[in-house]
Amino acid sequence: MALPAYTSPGERVWFYTYRIFCGLVFFFLIAPIIVIIPLSFNAVPFFSFTEEMLTFDPAGYSLRWYNDFFTNSNWQGAVRNSVIIAFFSTIIATFLGTVAALGLSRSDMPFKSTIMGLLISPMIVPLIISAAGMYFFYSQVGLQGTFLGVILAHTALGTPFVVITVTATLSGFDQVLVRSAASLGANPTTTFFRIIVPLILPGVISGALFAFITSFDEVVVVLFVGSYEQRTIPWQMFSGIREQISPTILAVATMLVCVSIALLTVLELLRRRSERLRGMTPQ
Amino acid sequence: MNTSATYSEIVKTADGIPLKVSLAKAQRKSKIRGMLLVLPLFAFILLTFFVPIFDMLFRSIENQLVPEIMQNSSKLLVNWDDQSGELPPEEVFAAAKLDFEKGHAERTILRVGRRLNYEVPGFASLFRKTARRAKDFEPPFTEAFIERDKRWGEIDTWKLIKRESGAFTISYYFAALDLSYAPDGSIGIKGETQRIYLKLFWRTLALSGLITFLCLILAYPIAHLLSTLPLRISNLLMIMVLLPFWTSLLVRTTSWIALLQQEGVINDLLVGLGLITDDGRLAMIHNAAGTIIAMTHILLPFMVLPLYSIMKTIPPSYMRAAKNLGATPMVAFIRVYFPNTVSGIGAGCILVFIISIGYYITPALVGGTDGTLISNFIAYHMSVSLNWGLAAALGVILLVIVLMLYYLYDRVVGIDKMKFA
Repeated sequence: MALPAYTSPGERVWFYTYRIFCGLVFFFLIAPIIVIIPLSFNAVPFFSFTEEMLTFDPAGYSLRWYNDFFTNSNWQGAVRNSVIIAFFSTIIATFLGTVAALGLSRSDMPFKSTIMGLLISPMIVPLIISAAGMYFFYSQVGLQGTFLGVILAHTALGTPFVVITVTATLSGFDQVLVRSAASLGANPTTTFFRIIVPLILPGVISGALFAFITSFDEVVVVLFVGSYEQRTIPWQMFSGIREQISPTILAVATMLVCVSIALLTVLELLRRRSERLRGMTPQ
Repeated sequence: MNTSATYSEIVKTADGIPLKVSLAKAQRKSKIRGMLLVLPLFAFILLTFFVPIFDMLFRSIENQLVPEIMQNSSKLLVNWDDQSGELPPEEVFAAAKLDFEKGHAERTILRVGRRLNYEVPGFASLFRKTARRAKDFEPPFTEAFIERDKRWGEIDTWKLIKRESGAFTISYYFAALDLSYAPDGSIGIKGETQRIYLKLFWRTLALSGLITFLCLILAYPIAHLLSTLPLRISNLLMIMVLLPFWTSLLVRTTSWIALLQQEGVINDLLVGLGLITDDGRLAMIHNAAGTIIAMTHILLPFMVLPLYSIMKTIPPSYMRAAKNLGATPMVAFIRVYFPNTVSGIGAGCILVFIISIGYYITPALVGGTDGTLISNFIAYHMSVSLNWGLAAALGVILLVIVLMLYYLYDRVVGIDKMKFA
């Protein structure tokens, strides 16, 4: 966007100040995430760039923190637990959330907004409060410090995302298609699997991704509802930062950044697919 | 006329049921089917989420411990008039002896002492001291108790036990709001130096307000830039907003620790540039500054996205028209562009504010002592001091604040408009 020839010097100055300010904000947003990537290859246990790193001396770089991550049983256990917990809570959350969204999108559903409000409240209530309530209650019923407890808690936190994304997809769903299928002789089950599911699938998958990332990234609830046995990657990072801070955390952080880049790509592809299916032109 | 006759007849379906009845039946069935679809999730959320929240509400007022363990004396204390200026009668002391004896044998009496210690420091040791000897007490018990510790001869001691021997108590809320009973039982606010939680609530609100303001200042220009640039470039820049949004919050907090700490990247850079001396390294972490910087970074995308989605809907022709009608860029911005973005500002600000007042992880890791928020104290009482009642009361107060803000958010934007990415 070039400036037109008739801009006054004042406007010119203002325009460049504005552009520079925006550039600084983007730098502020992205720099902290980029900076940990080289730091994770540090050869010494510091959280800063060493002399050798700045002069690009190969001796200043090493994979020792990655090696530590892959050999340390604390971290390997954390990865296993994170995947198990996120997998099961995503499955349950996606199933319950999609079914509920199908009900909520019916035009004759009574008290729609109230029910919606109640169903998405786990997303609204601050995590520390959910964690406190669950900690007190799950301790009484013997779920505190169990995998089941953490999975149930994460499922509750993940369902609002599924409900919202699937409801949003269904709001663009053409109900005439259901009636056409019925008039062509399909029973409700066939209609559901052959017409509705393929069309809402992108919404369901992105809801599932949200639920997965919610569980995978969640730390407050797992700190209280879980124990060392249920330690997840964020749990291990949190206690790692609190106790003995080692650059292994930076190596983990770098790998997690790669995971989020992959996730962002998948979501973008899903969004495009969904728009194409609905007949909109992709951007 | 033939037609009028057909109209007056009731329209029936093929199986002879009036159409109206048949339709109502079908609609009812469809409604029930819809409800059945929602029911599993509703039941699930109820059991795993609402019941725990209600349990917390209940825990913040329940007080079964004292009446249960001091069952004999607390029953008798009900009849004692604490305004009479006299000690409870001998029978109360006799009952208390039984409670102490039983409580000592079952190792439960010290829990009552710890519970009352929340109200008045010193009760834990008083109970421990008394429980050890209670079985040797000889009548008259009044004298025996006072001989063991003269505090048993003070009316205030018994007033406290009487006050806390009901099945419910509001004392956790009193503690959470820095209210206290004067020794004579009247209610007042604590002295300036003893107010912990009011200060903490104010600090939480003030820091959240500041973080929200900083987010707005930083987000407004870039949201504007993103909404005016050609799509190809803005989509690329959008990644710079979305990548932090999607990156684990612990990753972002970790990188701020690496950047801000004394031996960290920023201090090293400033020393390297000669801007500060090696022993003049800035303390940017483990204090309020650390919380503000890291949380502004973490919450910035939550401000950019609602602003962007509003700005996207403002046609560029508005600004051109304003300028065409003689407005300077400044006037055009203030009178045309800005008013159109107010709903986005409202949405973003309330959202960021709500998220930040309940934030726990980042302040816990980079906040030190003066950058911690109310949620850190809730966690402290849950896992360190084990004063669950107070943790629950603080949680309920925080929840009420958040729900009021959400009500506001719902009025401004509508909760169902909430979107991600």
